[in-house]
Amino acid sequence: MESSDMNDSGLRTAGSEQNLLSRPDGSATFTQGDTSVMAAVYGPADVRQNKEIIDRATVEVIYKPKSGMPGIREKSKEQLIRNTCETVILTAMHPRSSITIVTQEVQDSGALLACCINASCMALMDAGVPMKCLVAAVTCMLDSEERLVLDPTDKQAKDALCLATFAFDSTNKKVVTSTFQGSCTMQQYQSLLASCQTASQKVFDFYRTSAERRLAKS
Amino acid sequence: MKETPLSNVERDFLLAAIRSGKRIDGRDTYDYRNIKITFGLERGCCEVQLGQTRVLAQVSCEAVEPRNARPTEGQLYLNLELSPMASPGFEPGRLSEYGVELNRLLERCLKDSRAVDMESLCIVAGEKVWQIRVDVHVLNHDGSILDCGSIAAIAALSHFRRPDVTVVGETVTIHTPEDRDPVPLSVHHMPVCISFAFFEQGKYLLVDPTFKEESVMEGNMVMAMNAHRELCTVQMTGGMLLLKDQILRCSQIAVIKVAEVTELIKKALSNDAKARSEGKKCGYAESLPRRRITTSVAEPQRVDTTKSVEMAQDVIDRADEPVQDLDVKSTLLDAGFRGIGEGAANTWLIPDAENEVEEDEDEMEDADEEEEVDAMDDGTSDVAARRNQTSVSQTRVAEGYHSDSSEEAETVTLNEEVLGGYKRPPVDPSADLDLSVALKTSQIVSSTSGPPAKKKTKRKGKKNK
Repeated sequence: MESSDMNDSGLRTAGSEQNLLSRPDGSATFTQGDTSVMAAVYGPADVRQNKEIIDRATVEVIYKPKSGMPGIREKSKEQLIRNTCETVILTAMHPRSSITIVTQEVQDSGALLACCINASCMALMDAGVPMKCLVAAVTCMLDSEERLVLDPTDKQAKDALCLATFAFDSTNKKVVTSTFQGSCTMQQYQSLLASCQTASQKVFDFYRTSAERRLAKS
Repeated sequence: MKETPLSNVERDFLLAAIRSGKRIDGRDTYDYRNIKITFGLERGCCEVQLGQTRVLAQVSCEAVEPRNARPTEGQLYLNLELSPMASPGFEPGRLSEYGVELNRLLERCLKDSRAVDMESLCIVAGEKVWQIRVDVHVLNHDGSILDCGSIAAIAALSHFRRPDVTVVGETVTIHTPEDRDPVPLSVHHMPVCISFAFFEQGKYLLVDPTFKEESVMEGNMVMAMNAHRELCTVQMTGGMLLLKDQILRCSQIAVIKVAEVTELIKKALSNDAKARSEGKKCGYAESLPRRRITTSVAEPQRVDTTKSVEMAQDVIDRADEPVQDLDVKSTLLDAGFRGIGEGAANTWLIPDAENEVEEDEDEMEDADEEEEVDAMDDGTSDVAARRNQTSVSQTRVAEGYHSDSSEEAETVTLNEEVLGGYKRPPVDPSADLDLSVALKTSQIVSSTSGPPAKKKTKRKGKKNK
């Protein structure tokens, strides 16, 4: 069933649909291979008094797993997405308001966190939230023979020595977020980072083509 | 976040339209919105769109101990989640009153009508049974959540396959999907909820109300029915009375609608089964409507990672050097006390102190700066002078970020005193960088020559931004 047998050195099929939900201010689904995440953005809207920050907007992220109740794992994912998105959102533009991002797992076939971040970014774009730059996340891993695999599927990730997800900004391609599971040498870490950085360009290109497609005259 | 209330004019407009037998989305009073059923890659995953209302259902299973009262029956859990994605009024976490009502109705529709055979979910009587859990996530709330939710839940239950189990004597083996084909649940019938909205004491009736129609309605009725015309649940809410005829008319409408919907579910299930048996791609990624301008798809892309390895090597090569140079000799001062970098000035309370660390990290810039100092010592280089000017002007901007700029000036004079007689060693950029030398030189830079020191402040300002 796995559609991507060639992804040893590449990204899986990327797909997106924006503005698919009528109620939120912005929404998007982002798919990478079979992995699919839906994200919705509300904001800038009113904020609960205890969460209000007087000089900038409060960024809230809610991550919903597909089955079962959200636990610690989901909370940590929420935190990662929140910190990544808050870095790029110009929060000072909307003081004392909230920007809520809701992400819903639709299908997990590997690289779910990266997919969540990319979906959130596309939803933020759709909502027209002011951002200083875009953000794209790429996951990569080292398999049991220490070969580098970009955008791994869940099957590939099962026998990974280490699994890393990096998020980059679109202006300088600098690291915004880095998470890591497992262990590797410094050399390997740097090469994982460097190849994710190269791959992130493809995601930014995808953002651009989808924006162009939406805004084109004909 | 609070729900945006409907304005009075909008309310009046809606009601006036309903009175004249019209609806804002152009439907007739008895029309249903378009239904789209999509199955996910996983078994038991189903997304249903009813107009703009969207619901995602996922079925999962787990082997648990049965309840004492029913040792030979499996369990069915229904969990309807009003995700904050669906409407700004829905809070994450706790279930609202509305959520509880919907959850209970869905439970009555599916569980209490015995749509799924519970006894076939028994593995070992009194010891192990299957617990089937249905998570229904509301993704977008545009009215008739229950209609959409019940379709999604029953379609997901029919689509789901649980692992096969063999019991030999006392041992129970749960087979993996690779080992043995998973088995479907036995679904006896497919109950579907149909919502009706009533206006003006039941004078006007609408089938499948949208969110806006729901917010102006006086009362609503939910009828759950299956294709065999068996009523599973009827519930009426709101402050109004209905005549017997009206309820009978609703059930007549429900019969027709349920037949249509059941047909649609069966068609969607058979389409999915066909696609799976032919080995075609399925799942959401495949069901993206590709012709819309809001969607885009990019083919799998190869990424050339050969350069990345070189880049990594480059980074490491550069990063390694300062680490080696950081090998500073420490001297034992007293029992239990060690000192490092003796001979340098005290860097405590100096705001520039943190910059030194930065300099060690990237020595390129460091060397640059040292060159600059050299040039200025000569006092002949125009370039240096110009640089000098720009850096001064930049500092003014940067000072805005620091409230402690006056304190800084104080520390600088203090340094001058401390280091009064210190002679700066000649700096050779090619020479090995010793930490102590680096520390000392940077001290000198900050104390003897004003502008470069200020330039550092600017860098710090950037960092703090």
